[in-house]
Amino acid sequence: MDKESYKKLTSKIIPKENKVKNAITSFLVGGMVGFLGQLIVFVLEENFNVKHNDAISIMITILIFTASLLTAMGVFDNLVSKAKAGLIVPITGFAHAMTSSMLDYKKEGFVTGIGANAFKLTGSVILYGVVAAYVFGTIRYLFFGG
Amino acid sequence: MIFLYSFLFCGVVCLIGQLILDNTKLTPGHITSMFVVIGAFLDSFGFYDKFLLWFGAGASVPITSFGHSLIHGALAKAHESGILGLLAGMFSLTSVGIVAAIVFGFILTLIFKAKD
Repeated sequence: MDKESYKKLTSKIIPKENKVKNAITSFLVGGMVGFLGQLIVFVLEENFNVKHNDAISIMITILIFTASLLTAMGVFDNLVSKAKAGLIVPITGFAHAMTSSMLDYKKEGFVTGIGANAFKLTGSVILYGVVAAYVFGTIRYLFFGG
Repeated sequence: MIFLYSFLFCGVVCLIGQLILDNTKLTPGHITSMFVVIGAFLDSFGFYDKFLLWFGAGASVPITSFGHSLIHGALAKAHESGILGLLAGMFSLTSVGIVAAIVFGFILTLIFKAKD
């Protein structure tokens, strides 16, 4: 069987994803994560007199811890399959990618398993982020005076 | 109002991500990498600082703010100590996120088991 006819055959069986529903869900879920972040920052600033930048760091730490914990408990994968980009694009997706790749390779040992695979998925985010920031930063520093 | 703006900004960024995910063959890894580069690009013209001002913490939640923090820390250090500061300050603002993800991820990996 060639590729074309195989595609035709599988497309009948694989259910088509509802793009509109996906878009609305990820908008609402992503929005809720953003709202939650703002709420945490607001509570910290108003009730605990935390400085704005510190409040943002604490908020990011709370989101990352929650996402890592839910991933380790096996809940987060189900949530991601429902909310999709709504949970992948916020910083929760970064924590989820790192914790899940560490968990998946746990049985291969500490160094060759957890250690070697910790950055398997998040590595590309850090790599391209750093390269882009370095190139753009150099351009801005040299030509626009920083 | 800042709560509504946070909701809208983060929601719209996720919506764009979802539209790319559904209509192209790119994987979530492609999208997060792309968004980090976009965030760094926007900050090199100072746009992202305005987003943070207008949309509050909602703008620091999406992965785009990771790119923003990278270049922001690098430039702030470059102002103090010259061109070498770009290297020295790169992770000064993002280290909270990266270290938190590494440490929590590792500790939780020791405690929990992967589910099939």
